[in-house]
Amino acid sequence: MLVVLVLGGCTIGTPDAIDPSLGNFAGRTLEVVATWSGAEQRNFQAVLNEFMRRTHATVRYTSGGTDLAVLINSRLAGGSPPDIAFIPEPGVVAELVARGVLTPITGTAAQAVRSNYSQAWQDLGTVNGQLYGLYFKVANKSVVWYRADAFAEAGVSPPSTWEELQALSRTLTEAGITPMAAGGADGWVLSDWFENAYLRIAGPERYDELARHEIAWTDPSVVRTLELLDEYWRTPKFIDGGPSGATQTSFTQSVANVFGTEPTTAMIAEGDFVAAEIRRLNQVTVGEGARFFPWPSINGSPPAVVTAGDEAVAFHDTPETNALMTFLASPDVARIMASQGGFLSVNRNLDPSSYPDDTTRELAREIIDTPEVRFDLSDLTPQAFGGGTDAHMWVLLQNFLDNDISPTDLAQQLEDAAVHDFAGRP
Amino acid sequence: MTGVAVTGAAEGAQPGVEPVAPQRRRRLDERRLVAALFLAPAALTVLVLVAYPMASTVWLSLHSSDTGEFVGAANYLRIFATDTTRHAVLNNIVWVVVAPSVVTALGLMLAVLTQRVRWSTALKTILFMPMALSFLAVGVTFRLVYDESPQRGALNAAIVAVHDAFAPPSKYYGVAPRDGTGLVPADGGYETASPVPATLPVAMPVVGLPRDRIPSDAAPAAAPAAGTDLRGVVWLDFTRGGGGSVGAIDDTEVGLPGMRVEAVREGKVVATATTDGAGQFVFPGLSDGEYTVRLAATNFTEPFRGVTWLGPRLVTPAVIGAYVWIWAGFAMMLIQAGLAGLPRDVLEAARVDGASEWQVLRRITVPLVWPILGVVIVTLSINVLKIFDLLYVLPPDSSQDEANVVALEMYRVSFGGGLDYGLGSALAVLLFVLVLPAMLFTIRRRRRQRP
Repeated sequence: MLVVLVLGGCTIGTPDAIDPSLGNFAGRTLEVVATWSGAEQRNFQAVLNEFMRRTHATVRYTSGGTDLAVLINSRLAGGSPPDIAFIPEPGVVAELVARGVLTPITGTAAQAVRSNYSQAWQDLGTVNGQLYGLYFKVANKSVVWYRADAFAEAGVSPPSTWEELQALSRTLTEAGITPMAAGGADGWVLSDWFENAYLRIAGPERYDELARHEIAWTDPSVVRTLELLDEYWRTPKFIDGGPSGATQTSFTQSVANVFGTEPTTAMIAEGDFVAAEIRRLNQVTVGEGARFFPWPSINGSPPAVVTAGDEAVAFHDTPETNALMTFLASPDVARIMASQGGFLSVNRNLDPSSYPDDTTRELAREIIDTPEVRFDLSDLTPQAFGGGTDAHMWVLLQNFLDNDISPTDLAQQLEDAAVHDFAGRP
Repeated sequence: MTGVAVTGAAEGAQPGVEPVAPQRRRRLDERRLVAALFLAPAALTVLVLVAYPMASTVWLSLHSSDTGEFVGAANYLRIFATDTTRHAVLNNIVWVVVAPSVVTALGLMLAVLTQRVRWSTALKTILFMPMALSFLAVGVTFRLVYDESPQRGALNAAIVAVHDAFAPPSKYYGVAPRDGTGLVPADGGYETASPVPATLPVAMPVVGLPRDRIPSDAAPAAAPAAGTDLRGVVWLDFTRGGGGSVGAIDDTEVGLPGMRVEAVREGKVVATATTDGAGQFVFPGLSDGEYTVRLAATNFTEPFRGVTWLGPRLVTPAVIGAYVWIWAGFAMMLIQAGLAGLPRDVLEAARVDGASEWQVLRRITVPLVWPILGVVIVTLSINVLKIFDLLYVLPPDSSQDEANVVALEMYRVSFGGGLDYGLGSALAVLLFVLVLPAMLFTIRRRRRQRP
């Protein structure tokens, strides 16, 4: 907030000197679209203000909300795409590249990406050997949040293995506390469960193969993962509201059931963004009453992190678009965003002290330090399979949670859907 | 408007000398030109905003959205080949059959009843008020009304309150014995795995009671003193903060008072007892032989949790309920207008002849307002066929497949992830075809009514 005010003051005051590394773009107009609204949009506006101050360009931000893909597609159909879009699904980026509507990142922007991002993140932004995307904002999805007082009451401490998580959950039920909240009404919550378990059971290589549908969903590793989820989800009293109650609970509600005014549940397995919800509920402090532990290891699997992120891609090959890309890849921007909270960066030249608190720093450190980082599998698949409220993977996992479907049957249903949805893939 | 303009131009041509043939033709051309000029804006608007999108939709529906190739009727066949789309079509049929008739019936009832009460204007205003709300707002509100948790959902709160008044939950619901402590489930309660001799005190450790449900009169648990009668203790075998030993009474562990305990011999309950503050129970007089000791099922009656309104099974009736709530007032108003125009003498004659109110309603009122009821049903049918917003907002994502209707499915396949404009357009055309009969009916009625 403070940063916004300070920067706002700058733009209103006397004209500032042009940043020669970016260039003078007075009179040029850029348009940026992303899913962010509310506080996230306000925070990002601080970055755009700083860019406008340094280059005298005009940048307009448009929020696409949850319908970002619709916005981009209709703008493309109308022949006026934005200059830069932040897209959460690499699968969509690949589709856009195949349609030939994106411009590769080149010149100073490419240099900035190379010097500030690790090879792994550059690879994630690369399609057909060309760099198209810059990972601006990332999420750490391999996190389980817990209420410290619930753990204290049951006399348990954070688990590091799956067996410990099960034992701890049992102890919590004995103390009369529901162990786990799951917002199954939002399909992506369940796909995150699957991805974390799968990455640990099958390992990173198989994970990549499954994301590209090079192995079938009927693979034994998938069935084993579904069996593990089935066992945990169906253990009486483990899931808040039981399986059918969980499919009626939204993500927001599930956080409130753990950290709200009348908490019933001890844990919730979801990403770093849960912290923002906890702050909004304003009942416990993140880092004190609300803490997290990394997703537990399964059968001795090494630490692994499932991430997601918004990838900046360009639709126009203009100097001002390139300058904004260069700027977005800089540690300066990462610092502006990080200091405002609710933001994790994989910019390796960002000083970790920019983060507002230890919890955020720790969440960011895990993404950068963990060797096995994998992108959210459902976001890598075609939209019809893993990228929307109607996507097959989401819907099938919801059916699995709510109904008595065997893991083998579900694996077959997922495979049938994948065969259909991957068919039209570029 | 254009009609008026044209006649105006024609009148302007009237005065003057008798025109000769070439002049008349010129005049005619002039009039046509003026007419065309006045018509052009409206015609253009209709072409650009109505005709073009319709043609474009039909064109899209005949092409694949992946490749852009012409695929003929393939998209239309997919509507009935895919489970979700077929389900959407079936749901639409349920909606059209149920919603308009329920709304009309309710509207008729309200219209007749509100005629007879005092403050009827105020009452009618209140009943009509939901019409002033947007479907989106109603959707969000009813999402809360139908919420599964009785703490949040108004409807379930009411149902649970009524249910609990007659069948309250037991105070120890959710409580269960620890694994491996010799107690097994039996008839909804728990009992010793094998009969125990009356001379040996029975230890019955249970867990799973949240802190806020521990009774206030619970005292620290104590092992029963040795005695001749069958006796034992039921206690909460969980030490807060951990560290307690399993199956043994630790310092801070409390007894569970008011627990109903049964002594069973050869399958028959021979005596019952209730625990005291320290969790102890005694069966006076049972001093010889072996008994199975059972914690009765009545201790563990689960609370009634209400109804899963927005689950897969009830979601369509639940959403129709919200729809009825919005439109009943509207139907009432229309029918009321019809009722006001009824010839009073017929109604009075019937009453004088000794007809009951029900007979008057069935034999006279309904037949007389029947044309209005028809209009209400047709209007609502068109409205119901293209219903979208309520279904987009009200059901949670997990039930959207079950709640689906054609208009929602059209949006979901086009924009919800698949970007399948071909199938979406085919659904749009299907919707249009479904609305067509109702539209034609309305247009024909209008024509007939014209003088």
